[in-house]
Amino acid sequence: MPNLLDVRDVCKQFPGVKALDGVELQVRKGEVHALLGENGAGKSTLLKILSGALRADRGEAKLDGLMLKPADTPRERQRAGLATIYQEFNLLPFMSIAENLYLGREPERRGFIDWAAMHENSRALLASLGLIVDPRREVLHLSVAHQQMVEIGRAVAQNAKLIVMDEPTAALGQREVEILHGVIEELKTRGVSFIYVTHRLDEVKRVCDSFTVLRDGRYVARGEVRSVETHDLVRLMVGRDVEVAKRARTARSSEAVLAVNGVSRARESSGRHAMALNDLSIDVKAGEILGFAGLVGAGRTELARIIFGADRCDRGVLYLHGTELSLLRSPKEAIRAGIALVPEDRKQQGCFLEQSISQNMTLPSLKRIARWGIFVSEKKERQLVEKYRSALRIKMPSSAVAVGTLSGGNQQKVLLARCMALQPKVLIVDEPTRGIDIGAKVEVHQLLFEMARSGMALIIISSEMPEILALSDRIVVFREGCISGILDGQDATEGKLMALMAISTAADLKRSAAR
Amino acid sequence: MTENTIPEQVAAPRRFDVVGWLRRYGTSFFLLALIVFFAFENSRFLSLRNVTNILTEVSIYGIIAVGMTFVILTAGVDLAVGSLLAFTGMSGAVVMQALGADSSLGWLVALATATAVGTLVGYLQGKAVTFFSVPPFIVTLGGMTVWRGATLILNDGSPISGFDASYRWWGNGSIAGIPVPIVLFGLIAAAGFVIERYTRYGRYIYAVGGNPEAARLNGLDVPAIITSVYVIVGALSGLAGFLLSARLGAAEAVGGIGYELRVIASVVIGGTSLAGGRGGIGGTVIGALLIGVLTNGLVIMHVSSYWQQVVIGLIIVAAVAFDTYAKARR
Repeated sequence: MPNLLDVRDVCKQFPGVKALDGVELQVRKGEVHALLGENGAGKSTLLKILSGALRADRGEAKLDGLMLKPADTPRERQRAGLATIYQEFNLLPFMSIAENLYLGREPERRGFIDWAAMHENSRALLASLGLIVDPRREVLHLSVAHQQMVEIGRAVAQNAKLIVMDEPTAALGQREVEILHGVIEELKTRGVSFIYVTHRLDEVKRVCDSFTVLRDGRYVARGEVRSVETHDLVRLMVGRDVEVAKRARTARSSEAVLAVNGVSRARESSGRHAMALNDLSIDVKAGEILGFAGLVGAGRTELARIIFGADRCDRGVLYLHGTELSLLRSPKEAIRAGIALVPEDRKQQGCFLEQSISQNMTLPSLKRIARWGIFVSEKKERQLVEKYRSALRIKMPSSAVAVGTLSGGNQQKVLLARCMALQPKVLIVDEPTRGIDIGAKVEVHQLLFEMARSGMALIIISSEMPEILALSDRIVVFREGCISGILDGQDATEGKLMALMAISTAADLKRSAAR
Repeated sequence: MTENTIPEQVAAPRRFDVVGWLRRYGTSFFLLALIVFFAFENSRFLSLRNVTNILTEVSIYGIIAVGMTFVILTAGVDLAVGSLLAFTGMSGAVVMQALGADSSLGWLVALATATAVGTLVGYLQGKAVTFFSVPPFIVTLGGMTVWRGATLILNDGSPISGFDASYRWWGNGSIAGIPVPIVLFGLIAAAGFVIERYTRYGRYIYAVGGNPEAARLNGLDVPAIITSVYVIVGALSGLAGFLLSARLGAAEAVGGIGYELRVIASVVIGGTSLAGGRGGIGGTVIGALLIGVLTNGLVIMHVSSYWQQVVIGLIIVAAVAFDTYAKARR
């Protein structure tokens, strides 16, 4: 079968770094092609060159036998049949679903927009993707998964031959991932091809047909997914063997550092963390890693934010070392009480991207390194940054560069360092390794183990089951705003977790759909 | 992924980065070029008298611009400073007259009143922004007409004059040969620089402007910090209001019209981002000087005041356009 997409010898140079060096990529008609590589391997640059957002220095690309002009704009590439869906969606939040689907190509009648046709087409299109919604709804109110469906719908409406998806499942829960994979399978049968970029290799096995691996801006390998083992893929990506190590059990005290009792909250009308919570109680001991598992929106992040004082709840009590505290009213109080949080969204909630590494790392600890509580001591600040830079093996040219220039893994380490500098009793880490490459992932896991060994109580939230299983001493499973079970880390398995996480009954499904 | 990688420190000779250089020193360079240009055009431009004149003029809005830098660093803005300047100057004069303290200590009453009123107004506007979540643009747009109106109400639209010499000293006197407003501007700019660079509070301002949600999750009291920058700019507007009335020898209801433009322009031309979190006092001082030199130079060259407005407006847009371009190129 001829290749739908044929990319050869693409080079791209940025100031000071060669992002792509002679990369090639071939995608057949009607297949899902995984584009793999660590952060910094050049995947995003290649995607941007394909979509027309960047121009390559050299190289050529053919789509369906036709040469793509290097100077094409993103719009021209879309017309040629190449649609790109980035991690951050390109939807207009205040416009309706239908308007987003047909933006720039609205059906017309006598020079005016034919709203009836537009709504009808939208409804039919989305229904064919398994999404039953009112196309007049504003995109703003849709869940992440549904917004993604609208993006896919737009690509289909444009008759895309090739849909490029960058980390499509990074923000999805297990069930939503399955729905997405179903839609991809369906479109495949209609002859649409996909380029699928992901860090989750289990998904490659599940949904992809073939793969290309990039490393350090170079083409490394290509092959068929069914004839390759996951660990071979990992070796191709990092150039060595890596595995997620299961933690050896350590002795830990029996006294709970932090206990939370009966946290409940009625469902709020809006907001990202508006889920109803029902009588949640947990405790975590010194030196213990407590895992929070569950689908996105099941209550794990919500409970963590309440413990940290970032969100309110209606009822609930918090004990720190056995002393009852009324629930904390702000992150400020939580930090003072010895609780720290590494939030789930590094860029939106964690980093000050334009500010320096040292400013990012020392912000909540400034009080301690300020003379008379006012003037920041540069010497003490330098010492603090150096201490954690070496402890966490953060790779950086200097502590004065902007955090935004670091790789995801190093950014995450800066955020961990920020929390460690506070010397908290309880550390909550939400998605410790989201969007960071495998090498850095292992390092972050080691750091978390070290922190637990030093006697800190840790709460780890993760959407990745292997991660939760490898890290946790005990696992709290959330479902629909309730705790559906607490497992011992030693005898937990993916199967047991799935059973507790899954929305299985018809009533559950209905509730989930109503959300 | 390239934006996530650290560019290697290449040993190969690097081409001179024109845009980067301009972004860093462009405003200073432009200021220098203007000074040279005007100096060649007219020999009076660099006379001691004219230079003193420019600097005194710059000092009054420059003092406010120091506070405005903090406001804009938090991604806010204060459009009410021009009106507030008139209102505080007038309040000071009215209270002074009412107390019958026209004599040698009258200035103290006026200064205290103007600063207190400015502080209070700043607090109210800051609270409106944080507590009622009204965008700063709207709060201070309202404030702009409210305080102008209030100034007219205070003394029925007529000016107050006939101040004691000790009052006028604040606008026209000098300390060791340097006019008082310039000394004050220097002190305040220096204090602003120290705050921005070396204090916890300064770091917090950048954090709140750079990413308010992350700032909150780092235990910062974001509303209190935002309120505080409006208090600072309010207090400094009060001081400037007092100084302007001392310089003119009168508190006028029409005083400080258009000052908000000059103040905001100083900050923006100085490179502080309206999106918050980036920039600083150093740039603002250069920006304020640039506007002062330009205005004065155009007057000396007999360019009409109509055209001055056109030129200043264009320069503001050009400065921001360049900044955006340089940022996109990174």
